[in-house]
Amino acid sequence: MPRDYSLIGPDAQRAVDAGLVTEDWYRTPIDRKQMKALMRRADQPAIRDTSILFGLMAVFAGVGIALMPSWWSLPFWLAYGVLYGSAMDSRWHECGHGTAFKTRWMNQAVYQVASFCMIRDPYCWKFSHARHHSDTIIVGRDPEVAIMRPVVALKVAANLIGVPDMISGFRLMLLHAAGRIDPEEAEYLPPMFHAKTIRTARIWVAIYALTLGAAMWFQSWVPVLLIGLPRLFGCWHMVICGWLQHGGLADNVTDHRLNCRTVYMNPVSRFIYWNMNYHVEHHMFPLVPFYRLPELHRVCAWDFPEPCHSFAEGYAEMLPALWRQRKDPDFHLRRPLPATANPYQDTPAA
Amino acid sequence: MAEWVNACAINDVDEEDVIRFDHGDRTFVIIRDHEDNYYCTDGMCTHEDVHLEDGLVVEATIECPKHSSIFDCTTGEVETPPACENLCTYPTKVEDGRVYVEI
Repeated sequence: MPRDYSLIGPDAQRAVDAGLVTEDWYRTPIDRKQMKALMRRADQPAIRDTSILFGLMAVFAGVGIALMPSWWSLPFWLAYGVLYGSAMDSRWHECGHGTAFKTRWMNQAVYQVASFCMIRDPYCWKFSHARHHSDTIIVGRDPEVAIMRPVVALKVAANLIGVPDMISGFRLMLLHAAGRIDPEEAEYLPPMFHAKTIRTARIWVAIYALTLGAAMWFQSWVPVLLIGLPRLFGCWHMVICGWLQHGGLADNVTDHRLNCRTVYMNPVSRFIYWNMNYHVEHHMFPLVPFYRLPELHRVCAWDFPEPCHSFAEGYAEMLPALWRQRKDPDFHLRRPLPATANPYQDTPAA
Repeated sequence: MAEWVNACAINDVDEEDVIRFDHGDRTFVIIRDHEDNYYCTDGMCTHEDVHLEDGLVVEATIECPKHSSIFDCTTGEVETPPACENLCTYPTKVEDGRVYVEI
């Protein structure tokens, strides 16, 4: 069946008619006291990780600058790029949920910085991500579907170096700076936030103009290696993690166990990704902060499909499914549940 | 006309927690803050139809379990989006170990 991912196209109404726009998603039953403990906030883990993140960025950039124009500076710029173009994605995500820090202004401060690095308007993307959680991988409703069907391999691969994202980010920033809101964004962004979006875009355009101006004035790559370009050459880690979130799994269902994937990852990737590899858990219980997701994972294990045990295992499962979805967009993986689990909720609850 | 309704026992709600309270065809939540004050608000978040009974209570605020909108329990005011509309709140009183709500 053909799919139209536009939020203002025919599939948007089709999703409503099919009862897919609903709050009745499946949730694993968890004792309230246990859930409260899992949702409890703390500042310390995020302060520690944020200090490490910005400290490493300063060190990598400093060494990179010091070693220029030698090629020895390259690995330091690549490392800086991953922190800028990938780690900032997970900071944007977790702080956007308001779960990273207990103290609200800290979430806000990191969210604003990370939004700038990712070229995502903080207001539009707040609402876009809320929609992603309401209508996860519902065609015509979810604005954050990373891999659309039928899968076009080249288009998906281009995201590895951030080209489509960067083009889209700059297009929308310039549109906002010109005082306009994209019609698709207007679907989920309340009018009371339009002025804030426009003001933010104008500030960002000024920052990028200053950066470009500095690069030309000093005849140096350093300003654009610090701001902007890392969004391209550093986003690959975000992308290879992000594809695993939902790739090859079901769409148009109301059970996150069917359309999200949990993958065990190495500690470095988990630091960069801020534990979003526990993706089924995150979607089902988005108020649980990143540092309690491993615990939530253990609590839910009886009701969840077996996670993938590594990147390699995740890709071995996903890639053949994506390949098949080039020609057969209805195909998707359906992983077995443990004997203890409640059955999948394939159709919306009555 | 508004009336005082016996909603629950004070110990039905833990400290910094929330329970659901249905009355007639309406649904509410009873919230207890960190200083043992009790509040009653509409049960559904104003952003989407998500019940607040599974939300997170921190001091005198309640956070929607799905999209993290935070409301001030004392006034119903939205503190963080995506909700844009305030929650309706209802007067409460505690008598003889019971929480009463004026609905």
